[in-house]
Amino acid sequence: MDYLVEADQVSRTFPGVLALDSVSMKVRPGSVHALMGENGAGKSTLVRMIAGFDRPDSGRVVLRGRVAMIHQELHLMPPMTVAENIWLGREPLTRLGFIDHRALARRTAELLEELGIAIDPEQRVGDLTIAGRQMVEIARAVSYEADVLIMDEPTSTLSEREVDLLFRIVADLRSREKAIIYITHRMSEIFRIADEVTTLRDGRVVDFSPADHLDRDRLIALMVGRELTQMFPKGNTPTERVVLSVKHLAVEGAFADVSFDVRAGEILGVAGLVGSKRTEVAETLFGLRRASSGDVCIDGRPVDISSPAVAIDLGMAFLTEDRKLSGLLLPLNVQENMEIAVLDDRFVAMGFVNAEKLGASCRDMAGSLRVKTPSLSEPVQTLSGGNQQKVLVGRWLLTSPRILILDEPTRGIDVGAKAEIHRLISNLAADGAAVVMISSEMPEILGMSDRVMVMREGRVAGFLEGPGANQVDLMRLASQ
Amino acid sequence: MNQPRRLSHDAGIFLVLLTLVVLFEAVGWGIRGTSFLFNAQRLLVMVLQVSIIGLLAIGVTQVILTGGIDLSSGSVVALSAMIAASLAQTANARAVFASLVDLPVVIPITAGLITGALAGFVNGRLIALTGIPPFIATLGMMVTARGLARYYTRGQPISMLSEAYTRIGEGALPVAMFIITAIVFHVLLRQTRYGKYTYAIGANPQAARVSGIRVDRHLVVVYTVAGLLSGLGGVMTSARAASGQAGMGMSYELDAIAASVIGGTSLSGGIGRISGTVIGTVILGVITSGFTFIGFDAYIQDIVKGAVIVLAVVADRYRHRGAHP
Repeated sequence: MDYLVEADQVSRTFPGVLALDSVSMKVRPGSVHALMGENGAGKSTLVRMIAGFDRPDSGRVVLRGRVAMIHQELHLMPPMTVAENIWLGREPLTRLGFIDHRALARRTAELLEELGIAIDPEQRVGDLTIAGRQMVEIARAVSYEADVLIMDEPTSTLSEREVDLLFRIVADLRSREKAIIYITHRMSEIFRIADEVTTLRDGRVVDFSPADHLDRDRLIALMVGRELTQMFPKGNTPTERVVLSVKHLAVEGAFADVSFDVRAGEILGVAGLVGSKRTEVAETLFGLRRASSGDVCIDGRPVDISSPAVAIDLGMAFLTEDRKLSGLLLPLNVQENMEIAVLDDRFVAMGFVNAEKLGASCRDMAGSLRVKTPSLSEPVQTLSGGNQQKVLVGRWLLTSPRILILDEPTRGIDVGAKAEIHRLISNLAADGAAVVMISSEMPEILGMSDRVMVMREGRVAGFLEGPGANQVDLMRLASQ
Repeated sequence: MNQPRRLSHDAGIFLVLLTLVVLFEAVGWGIRGTSFLFNAQRLLVMVLQVSIIGLLAIGVTQVILTGGIDLSSGSVVALSAMIAASLAQTANARAVFASLVDLPVVIPITAGLITGALAGFVNGRLIALTGIPPFIATLGMMVTARGLARYYTRGQPISMLSEAYTRIGEGALPVAMFIITAIVFHVLLRQTRYGKYTYAIGANPQAARVSGIRVDRHLVVVYTVAGLLSGLGGVMTSARAASGQAGMGMSYELDAIAASVIGGTSLSGGIGRISGTVIGTVILGVITSGFTFIGFDAYIQDIVKGAVIVLAVVADRYRHRGAHP
């Protein structure tokens, strides 16, 4: 049989991670091929290779036909109309070389009607709902008349009715001998539309089966079937004293009814798939978003955390998920990065910084975190990812926090630095801090946490307690 | 703010300054048979010419450090000059407040400073509250303040200022004011929380916010301080000219930005030093007085000035490649 896509022994390394390890995959025409795996299993990397956005380090991808991809993040121009967006760069032209607006409108109307999408071609994309934009993305991908259509989490923003419409479009494409590569975290969708399923784990293919040979439990077992060999340092014991108590916290359009307690000396892991809104909860706790309802208490007293400044005053610290975006002050040096959250009465008098005292504290902190840098006046951008992360951890430790929120604290750093940060987290909890740790790495979550809160699509799906917590239970809660 | 690199950078633009001076010196001896540099009168005039620009450049440097820009400083000079001058007139010559007696000199000075600070405060509040780009907010202020300066006396200049007032613009006083301001702001930016927050906001506003800095509040202060310096510029200008004119400070904002950028301030924020801005200011002065000295067409000055600005930013690009993603 002629496959439309043949990936053959594809490997790809990113600094510090083997993202794909000799992955092979074949996609038949007239099939929906689902790609399953945890966060970071390599699904997105693989489809980027197939779509030609990235090249494998070794191995090859053979395509018979054209590929179009519907992105997880939307790639549309909000100020332009639906029609202009769909045909961007491929506009029909008049004989004089101007855009033929009439042909543009006609083609768009035909396309949308054929797909059953009820959107006005002349509407500005910026005025559409997120779901509406997603439908425009889908229409655009279909308009390429590609033979292979890649859909990366297309339903995460769609309502039930739009999902039905999408599946009708997918079924129609399949009947026209196109191939669809479909990535989703929603297991129920697999059994609705997939013909074949390839499961990835840690960059490797662990299974390829027809969808009707699989069931939910089998899929979960395949996705998480990793052995927990890594040892985690755990020196902390949760006390009985609740430090942070969250009740029915909600932010409209993001998450709702999130309730949990964290005790002194406890590490609460927060698990969930991409889109489960874990980061949004953390941002709300830290005053970066406004809660639309719910209560937060610290030491039993209700608090109103309206800004990070207030959160810090209350003894909170927040290590954000994206070092570059919201952590590092890239043009500045190591010390300037470390000291910025602690410029309070301890180090500043009448506005003047006590440079000697501050320098000494930063040096001590850098030393105890073992930040590898020639000096504190080294530009922070010259440090490795792991050392940059340690600098940011140091920034927060200088504030002597009682409540520590860590969002993916070991993402993108090497194994050695990872272990050191794990030990640090454990030590902090042992010293009585209440720690909330968001992580997409299951071994990390299960190995470090005293309890795990699992989130799913903006809700708390459940808690896993005690040493019996395992990956299968976690995945079952995290996915539908 | 890596020490060795910064030093070498200041050394870099200092070298540019030195080259210019040597060039004019050589041409001076060649053409005119006299020294360019070793002439106290010329040196004084040279620095005097740019000391008002220098005040504005210091203000705009800290604004650029936050990742913003201030286009209104030149117009604010005019408005402050008009307000201050109107209060500094001798009683029998009053154009605006005809019924007032001679006022103590501290009143027009204070009024000029407050005018500037107020304009800066409005800039800062606009940016913080509405989130519009600083370019637009201060462009609006640039036009509005100039308009207010003209409207104040329907375009009439204000002259006959009291002797006590004109004295503060005499001799080398503006130069002294520039130097003192430079030292104060050098210390402010390097050794105070104000300075550290200013750099942090420019380096990464999102990270600054997460680190507990009240970014909006700080920006209002930074723009207000920049306005205050423009107000000071207005007072000095009107005192020196012994009059207030609505056309004062025309296009000073661009010279001030140029001085700051030549001095190594990065328009993307978080990078720059007052020492660099001072050297940048002096470079502008040397270009102006150097070309006058060797008898070149005044228009050529602008051509060279333009080229120097662009070259400085190109050099900046290379130096800080990768500093901003």
